[in-house]
Amino acid sequence: MKQLLIPMLEGTLVSIKIFFFTLLFALPLGLVVAQAKQSRFWIVRKIINIYIMIMRGTPLILQLIFVYFAPYYIFKTSFDRLNAAIIAYVINYAAYFAEIYRGGIQSIDKGQYEAGKVLGFTKAHTFFHVIFPQVIKEIIPAMGNEVITLVKDTALAQTIGVAEVFRVAKTASAREFSTMPLFIAGVFYFIMNAVVSKIFDRIEKKLGYYD
Amino acid sequence: MDNKYVIEVNNLRKSYGDHLVLKDISFHVSQGEVLSIIGSSGSGKSTLLRAINQLETIEGGEVIICGDTLCNNDNLVLTNEQKRKIQLHNGLVFQDFNLFPHMSILRNITEALIYVLKKDKEEANEIALNLLDKMGLKDRALSYPSQLSGGQKQRVSIARALALKPNVLWFDEPTSALDPELTGEILKVIKDLAKEKMTMVVVTHEMAFAKEISDRVIFMDDGIIAEKGTAEEVFDNPQNPRTKQFLQRF
Repeated sequence: MKQLLIPMLEGTLVSIKIFFFTLLFALPLGLVVAQAKQSRFWIVRKIINIYIMIMRGTPLILQLIFVYFAPYYIFKTSFDRLNAAIIAYVINYAAYFAEIYRGGIQSIDKGQYEAGKVLGFTKAHTFFHVIFPQVIKEIIPAMGNEVITLVKDTALAQTIGVAEVFRVAKTASAREFSTMPLFIAGVFYFIMNAVVSKIFDRIEKKLGYYD
Repeated sequence: MDNKYVIEVNNLRKSYGDHLVLKDISFHVSQGEVLSIIGSSGSGKSTLLRAINQLETIEGGEVIICGDTLCNNDNLVLTNEQKRKIQLHNGLVFQDFNLFPHMSILRNITEALIYVLKKDKEEANEIALNLLDKMGLKDRALSYPSQLSGGQKQRVSIARALALKPNVLWFDEPTSALDPELTGEILKVIKDLAKEKMTMVVVTHEMAFAKEISDRVIFMDDGIIAEKGTAEEVFDNPQNPRTKQFLQRF
């Protein structure tokens, strides 16, 4: 049992690591992408559109493989497996987050920008103190969905050999002729997502102080 | 201020695509006076107010606000910082309030005091509470905009504009978004401000009110100033047939 649990615990940590680093980088990057999509330079908008189309239009599993193997063929060097996985998740999720942010930003009344302007706020102040806090409230449900999907998507990192919890479980399952490890992995995802849901519920409640 | 006018506008032009919404507008506002801008929907009166408050681009003409030139015909280019400085001569009260829903009433008023005028928090709170007191809303300081009635929201938005001590306070149809029974409370606030000799420009549909508080009135029609004069002149003895026609409806 100990032989099973320790590797699974390690695998769990790897999954959690992918999850956290993806959020850490993809959340701000998504905001940058959302803003760039509304850039006044058409070339920037064009590039962003193509990027979002590719990220949403091709399987994440393929993007993982690409990020891991492409640098090898081009530069004869590649990222460490875990880093490659995190990079792939970040650029993929940033595209989805960007679309969510964009929806949120567009839902804000233009009068809010105008009020900021006539009060002498800088554009940055208006964005970060007036617009963005309202955007967050607006997008929390959609973000919750996406983050739950991310928890489950971390299992795809096994494609490029990252020893996350699902891969560890599969290996253990084959070695011991038992489905128990897979079941334990399932429980991990379930608990992880229960925690994520709970956190999002909390945030939603906390932001419910105004309509 | 050596300039005798607080607001001076000469030959202002503005169009949306091919449609000229402001054609050659010239007017001025003196210190301490109340000017009303009346006219039917689409006459350009709101656009005029928005252009001078930098919410619309201006195509041509000259706008001087408290001696600072916002635009002239010599391709004047201002930095964002200069534009913001000029904007602070003006205060603007919107038709639909545009309060910040995620901030308390107090915070709605103090935000600009703290971040724009760099006042410390205590001083900002004091200024805000005094204004709220004046508006009869001191007890709502910690409420959020959604908990207030339309009239209360509009009073907060007036307090928010006044907090920055503007030289001119602009109103963009301040009662249009309110239920009829709530317009009175806003009109009273504006009347009180007039008594204090606050310089104000009011775009309004409330003719009786405009007549009562205005020193001068501008009637706009299809992008031009069709008639201007004292309140008595415009309301009691209009010269332009379009003005007569418009006023007959009230």
